[in-house]
Amino acid sequence: MTAVGRNVSRKDGIGKATGRAKYADDLVFPGMLHGRTIRSTIPRGRIKSIKLDFDTTGFTIVDYHDIPGRNVVDLIEQDQPFLAERDIRHFAEPILLLAHESLERVNAARVEIEYEELEPLFDPEKSDGILKAIDINKGDVDAAMAKADIVVEGIYRTGHQEHVYIEPNGVVATPENGGVAVFGSMQCPFYVIKALKCMLGADAQIRVVQTETGGGFGGKEEYPSMIAGHAALLALKSKRPVKIIYDRLEDMVATTKRHPSIVRHRTGVMRDGRIVAMDVDVLLDGGAYVTLSPVVLSRGCIHAAGAYRCENTRIRGRAVATNTPPNGAFRGFGAPQTEFAIEVQMDRIAATLGVDEVALREMNALRPGDTTATGQVLREDTSALAVLDEAVRRTEFRRKRAEYRGTNRTIGLALFFHGAGFTGSGERHLNSRARLDLTETGVRIAVGSTEIGQGTRTMHAQIVSDALDIPYESIEVAQPDTSVVADSGPTVASRTCMVVGKILEECATAMRDALGGLTPREYFARHGAFSVERKYEPPDWIEWDDHTYRRDAYATYGWGCDVAELEVDPDTFEVKPIRLTAVQEFGRPIHPALARGQIEGGTAQGLGYALLERVVMRNGAMANGQLTNYTIPTTLDTPEIDVVMLENPYPGGPFGAKGLGELPMDGPAPAVVNALRNFGLDVREIPATPEHLSTCASL
Amino acid sequence: MRFTLNGSEVDVDAHPMSRLLDVLRVDLGLTGTKEGCGEGECGACTVLIDGEPVCSCLVPFSQAEGTNVRSIEGLGDDHPLQRLFMDEVGAQCGICTPGMVLAALSVGESPSLSDVQTALAGNLCRCTGYSAIYRAVLKWRGVSPDGASSI
Repeated sequence: MTAVGRNVSRKDGIGKATGRAKYADDLVFPGMLHGRTIRSTIPRGRIKSIKLDFDTTGFTIVDYHDIPGRNVVDLIEQDQPFLAERDIRHFAEPILLLAHESLERVNAARVEIEYEELEPLFDPEKSDGILKAIDINKGDVDAAMAKADIVVEGIYRTGHQEHVYIEPNGVVATPENGGVAVFGSMQCPFYVIKALKCMLGADAQIRVVQTETGGGFGGKEEYPSMIAGHAALLALKSKRPVKIIYDRLEDMVATTKRHPSIVRHRTGVMRDGRIVAMDVDVLLDGGAYVTLSPVVLSRGCIHAAGAYRCENTRIRGRAVATNTPPNGAFRGFGAPQTEFAIEVQMDRIAATLGVDEVALREMNALRPGDTTATGQVLREDTSALAVLDEAVRRTEFRRKRAEYRGTNRTIGLALFFHGAGFTGSGERHLNSRARLDLTETGVRIAVGSTEIGQGTRTMHAQIVSDALDIPYESIEVAQPDTSVVADSGPTVASRTCMVVGKILEECATAMRDALGGLTPREYFARHGAFSVERKYEPPDWIEWDDHTYRRDAYATYGWGCDVAELEVDPDTFEVKPIRLTAVQEFGRPIHPALARGQIEGGTAQGLGYALLERVVMRNGAMANGQLTNYTIPTTLDTPEIDVVMLENPYPGGPFGAKGLGELPMDGPAPAVVNALRNFGLDVREIPATPEHLSTCASL
Repeated sequence: MRFTLNGSEVDVDAHPMSRLLDVLRVDLGLTGTKEGCGEGECGACTVLIDGEPVCSCLVPFSQAEGTNVRSIEGLGDDHPLQRLFMDEVGAQCGICTPGMVLAALSVGESPSLSDVQTALAGNLCRCTGYSAIYRAVLKWRGVSPDGASSI
């Protein structure tokens, strides 16, 4: 029986449910010290003096002088220091590291830092620190706008969002073979290697091992490089293992969040509903350092015109610096912000024209053969109309929309899409590799792609099982250890199943040919072990120009339509979600139950983004860095989620699969806000808390 | 200080104001109980004291004296509810799962969906959107997830 398409038993085993699975904080090494990070308490300034106000006996203390290589976290740019030297650009910037055998003593240690404070900048609209600018141009926007019957304008805002993986960040570093080994909670062990090599020197012996990871959602894409660097410095200086585990407050105030956005739309439409011109301006608040802002902006801009055809489109994007902790990767990566804006704009266009929002979307939705804003010609795996029609039919949207008018119930929808894999030439530059090892008992998958709850181990084993035609049970998945596995690229961008899974499928096909009809056991008995390694080859038709932002931004896209049904208290503005419907097309599910889990979980995160999750910044610092006052959806806030998985196999993916992880994050916020608009509130901003709704005008 | 842990009498020499969470994880090396927030909001550190789910990060060790404490390790390795959490994908990353499983043990016979939601309201999960957790718990209690009344 084939493994793909079935809910096979997960490779995780039972350990997560019995408590035996080992997360970073569960590791204990002999002689281990506990590390702590001393951080800035001001948003901008210069360090004048540092005073250690404690008995330093038994302490290991590290500052930037202890860095043998370069004091930068090597990512897209090399601007962010591991430890501040003099300049402070944001609150909670790391300055000094302490380690001691006693966690109590390390936590009690007092360090006094004197600063020369400088005027901070928090308003992204006033920032001239451009981290990245992008221009996408198609057709002649100005001429088309001038000829449009109506021009609809709007400004849409989204706030920060905190990942709230339930396991806070943490690593253990230990001296090993004259170098250092790092074990930790992370998405991208090879990013950590790259950053540590830059910090310690190219010749340094470094091994990075991903431990069981308690959620990531992008929040453990880049920041673990920082923590790993800190733990490594302490371990090398003390010559002892050092554990650094953030508590919830530190994790929330110091690590990355989703970029806040301000998106401006001007849309030219004809009276019959055709969109003829789109002029979009995207502003992202990047925080104090570049981190991943350029690529978040890139994905945000490419998705900013939504799932719609328009011959004249201009998208201008900027990510700017402010004196707040750097924002970074978060599921959706810029697209939830810009798709929120276009989807609310679409409902406002429909209202302006006096047509229904479904009809407006049907008329303008992208179809095979249409071109996107970057000029990409869409192929047969384009399902905007299919997901829209199914969502409208299944929810009886038009009937309910009419029926709920004048009641406390309301309904709204959003149509969206999400590019799978790295943007543009990203996959080509990554040059990911995957490897299969033939072993005595079967086959072992050796990739750096991490399991963070989404089912990496299971999906990969299913793909290999079917491509190699051997039992799923005989496939083992290696723990991501950079000394053992191939660098299959980061576990991000909805690429793990589609891109890495495809390379594994190719490895498996090659291994099947090499086995010549023998089973792995038979082959091993006669010839011994061997491995097959392959690297990623993009589809030959993909063309992308990094400078002009033209052509094939992604190999394929997932498509979704969400419908939100809400109950609104007209006096308190309390919003109770009654039912969410998520219709999504992502090629073909490899493991339907895991895929459904991605949609349900992503939809719930989107619901929190829409209604609950508000990061309050005061003087550049998150003022509500606790789960008491930064609230994510509980069981009582999360309604039934009706999931529909439409299939439209993508020929370039393993067994027809596309990427899925991020797609479900894009739809809930605009669907909820459009429902609130249909209730009669002019909402253009999230989170739509009761406090915010009480300030919104009536429609 | 003496208490019963997963059916056996234990005697631990720890400060009476230590968190029960740390006594379990550090003094006794039982790392199945997880820390998510340290302030009783997320429920990852849930254990049962005399059968009642509590956040072990909020319980001073002195309060555990003479009680019957059950941690995830006390469920053995093959409890049907644990199996269902994996099979139904009620566990994704797994960090909330031990606490979630223990909290779910208090769900009685023939529960409605809202009984399950109420029982788990103190346990946060960021991965699943809870739906798969409901399916696991309802199935464990012999209720068809589609047939569960939400009232």
